[in-house]
Amino acid sequence: MIRDRRRDAVFLLPGLAWLVVFFAVPLAIIFVVSLGTRDQFGGVILDHLGLQNYHRALEPDFVPTVANSLRYATLTTVFSIAIAYPIAYWISRYGGRRKNLLLILVMLPFWTSWVIRTYAWMIILRDNGVVNGILGALGLTDGPIQLLNTDFSVVLGMTYGFLPFAILPLYVSIDRLDPSLVAAARDLYASGRAAFWHVTLPLTMPGVIAAALLTFIPAIGDFVTPDLLGGAQTTTIAKVIQTLFLSSKDWAFGSALAFLLIVATIVGTVGTLRILRREVIG
Amino acid sequence: MRRDRNPLLKLYALAVYAFLFAPIVILILFSFNDSKRNFIWRGFTLKWYPELFGDEALLAALGVTLQVAVIAVVATTILGTLLGLGLARLRSGAASGVADTLILLPMVTPEVVMGISLLLFFALAFSANGSIWQIAIAHIAFSISYVAIIVRARAVSLDPRMEEAARDLGAPPAAAFFHVTLPLIAPAVGAGALIAFALSFDDLIITSFNAGVGSSTLPLYIYSRIRFGVTPEINAISTIIVTVTGVLILAAMRFGARSRARTRAAEAPPASERS
Repeated sequence: MIRDRRRDAVFLLPGLAWLVVFFAVPLAIIFVVSLGTRDQFGGVILDHLGLQNYHRALEPDFVPTVANSLRYATLTTVFSIAIAYPIAYWISRYGGRRKNLLLILVMLPFWTSWVIRTYAWMIILRDNGVVNGILGALGLTDGPIQLLNTDFSVVLGMTYGFLPFAILPLYVSIDRLDPSLVAAARDLYASGRAAFWHVTLPLTMPGVIAAALLTFIPAIGDFVTPDLLGGAQTTTIAKVIQTLFLSSKDWAFGSALAFLLIVATIVGTVGTLRILRREVIG
Repeated sequence: MRRDRNPLLKLYALAVYAFLFAPIVILILFSFNDSKRNFIWRGFTLKWYPELFGDEALLAALGVTLQVAVIAVVATTILGTLLGLGLARLRSGAASGVADTLILLPMVTPEVVMGISLLLFFALAFSANGSIWQIAIAHIAFSISYVAIIVRARAVSLDPRMEEAARDLGAPPAAAFFHVTLPLIAPAVGAGALIAFALSFDDLIITSFNAGVGSSTLPLYIYSRIRFGVTPEINAISTIIVTVTGVLILAAMRFGARSRARTRAAEAPPASERS
């Protein structure tokens, strides 16, 4: 037995050590730096640690940025689940032998470069892009409609990008659902709609919640889509963090924002998992 | 048992697939469009592709990307495979819970947070501000989990008696590992390596915080170019990247499918399975 333990350690240690040194320790550093102040050369001073950066993050002029981030992430999550549920249902119930192929096709765009997929939407949505070109050629519009650099384009780009994250957990959850439960509801004279609302949806709630988490977390941390599809004037937390680190060099304040983002993510994840557990048990 | 086809739902599914692939198809089409302004189709051309080879900044970025990817894939595959095997052996208990959490956390941490955490780590601990090695280390950190999870999924279904049999026949532990265990998990290791390559090759957010002067990667180069607009050269390079990663991922999925098929074939008697 003891020899086995030692063997386990040989397998586990290198990878876990890597994750501790290059993942856990850097996360801890974020918190320490967030308590520091910036010096005039863009460095960090860690002499007088305090909460001043957190006070700054809670000031009223920062509210629109936080609101933008939350709005984009929430809308993306809602749209992703609304679009994903029916197709996950279709793959599970009607996919037959081609289920695996259909799932691979869902995942394929996800594996191609994020920045390139976002760029593709720029081609489609810009003033002289594909959509405006078609509308103009059909004589439906006089001039180009502004589609790019709007809330619409940001939410569209994010929904497009994170849709596979919603489809997969929903598929798993729907595929596990025993169809005879729905059949039983129908036998007891439930309408198709009633069977869905009272049987199918409640039983697949864990999948819905997992899908919500898997879209919300990357959506709130994404700065590429708001930057490319939202234009220069749209600010989100992730975009502000990027600017603070790469151009205006205020690492301490940027770290405070990043730490708040981690806390929000963890609270959201743990809270959601708790609801999930209650749903499953009760 | 099964109800008849639902045409409305099928139509909807087709529309979603069209939505998923339309932007990529449009991007590819426009890379062959004979127009600089590229919003109207002016005929087929291949002229944007040769122009890529004259772009030195692009070639340099490609070189950095490939160097980083090779380092990251080798290290990630070794570390992730060992971790996956170790986790499969642990199965349950407190240690397994801790290890599971440590593996899942990088997957749910917002990328921007991981990016700046490594920037701070390297800047404060080593006064380093961006190099090929720094980018590679960052890529390894976020890819290990994927490889570990793929390999574990394969390794838990291995029959431990296979390795025991080799040991009983006098094979030393290392020989039993390399001649029995490793060949059995090879498809999963291959799939993991391909996914690690795709992750490294594509990463933008984490790389953007850890690249320095002279270590710009291909996604970073594209990102900096497209902030100033749409050009046919970018369409062309994007088409190449989409094709290469698409082929790699399909290959990884085939590896994975073969891995599952072999597992199923090795199980006797076959476990009853839902279709």
